Amino acid sequence: MPLVYAGVCPHAPGITGRQDQADPAVRDSLYVAFDTMRQRLEASNPDALVVVAAEHFANFFMNNMPSYAMGMADFYEGPIEDPGWLGIDRVRVPGNRDLSEQLIKSVMETHDVAFAEEWRFDHGISVPLHFLTPTYDLPVIPVNINCQGPPLTPLGRAWNFGEAIRRAADARPERIALIGTGGISHWPATPDSGKINVEWDLEFMDRWCRNDRDQLLSYSDEETYLDAGQGGFEIRAHIAIAAAAAGSKGTLHYYEPIPIFSVGCGLADFAL
Amino acid sequence: MSLYYVQKFLYELNRDPRVQSEYEADRDGAVAGYELSEIERDALTEPDIGLLYHLGVNGQILMHFAALHKIEWADYLQLMRDGLVQHGPVREGVYAVTGYEGTDAHSASLGQVTPNTNAKDA
Ligand SMILES: [Fe+2]
Repeated sequence: MPLVYAGVCPHAPGITGRQDQADPAVRDSLYVAFDTMRQRLEASNPDALVVVAAEHFANFFMNNMPSYAMGMADFYEGPIEDPGWLGIDRVRVPGNRDLSEQLIKSVMETHDVAFAEEWRFDHGISVPLHFLTPTYDLPVIPVNINCQGPPLTPLGRAWNFGEAIRRAADARPERIALIGTGGISHWPATPDSGKINVEWDLEFMDRWCRNDRDQLLSYSDEETYLDAGQGGFEIRAHIAIAAAAAGSKGTLHYYEPIPIFSVGCGLADFAL
Repeated sequence: MSLYYVQKFLYELNRDPRVQSEYEADRDGAVAGYELSEIERDALTEPDIGLLYHLGVNGQILMHFAALHKIEWADYLQLMRDGLVQHGPVREGVYAVTGYEGTDAHSASLGQVTPNTNAKDA
């Protein structure tokens, strides 16, 4: 069954954790955008949701850092952070071990990937799920691209990985939805936290919506760091989704820079 | 200097309630098994958020350590800024500062209002 949904959204912990400190009108506009994305996701009638995220030293550390990892369990737990700090209750999220294993085996045909039979979601997955699958009844398959601990995987490899996910999903009878989370420009959890490069974000999302592979892969990490902060390294998730939807055009449904959430919030999906 | 082990300790502390209990009961004991310099040990046990940031600890790790110590978000940001003033630029790792003017000023430049923020964050 061909992929039924492919989209991207932000995952910054402030989106839920600092909701009381935001301008209510701006915050609510983001929440409405998330809810609209939930409706589009649900309308695709998925059997499982693959979430490509960039986690933040919750499961993976520099003692043994996989550039790419996929979950292979029947359940996961999250958030790993203090629920009070993140503003999201800790829950058990259903997975699908068999489906994971089939997808992993298929991805491995063309792209090396680590697998994990345990995974405690951090905000990179828990924040999007809070809005997109609020009842936690859709099986989730977590995927991580290391965007935190350099050396980081080249952007071209993230593209190849997205293509491998697409091939794996297409070969399955299940209806598989795919989201990427992270970015866009931000300097999270540093003294520059709250800084957002609106121009850079809109240019990146324009390339993403046009699904222009060459332009998406043309960023160097040095440029990205200067223009979009270390949080900008998370565009690897966006690039994987674009590759999975190669040939399709996307729509940016919402964009708003929200400094107190420390991130430019862009929600977009492809017309598959 | 052993930034790796400073971060390794914080990674394990952040994700394991048992390490948190151990740290609460005996901070020196909790960090004893890690290859740390005296400065690093002190920064972890005091704790000194600004110094840890200067030493190069990733904010994605450090922010949870601050939260564990019940440090509010705006205060956490300020402690890092103070650390840079006191100790100088980040010594190791990916960070360089950009002279950011703060959330409130940035919100205002975007035509947004950010109510209830700590004055220290301005
Ligand atoms: Fe992130």
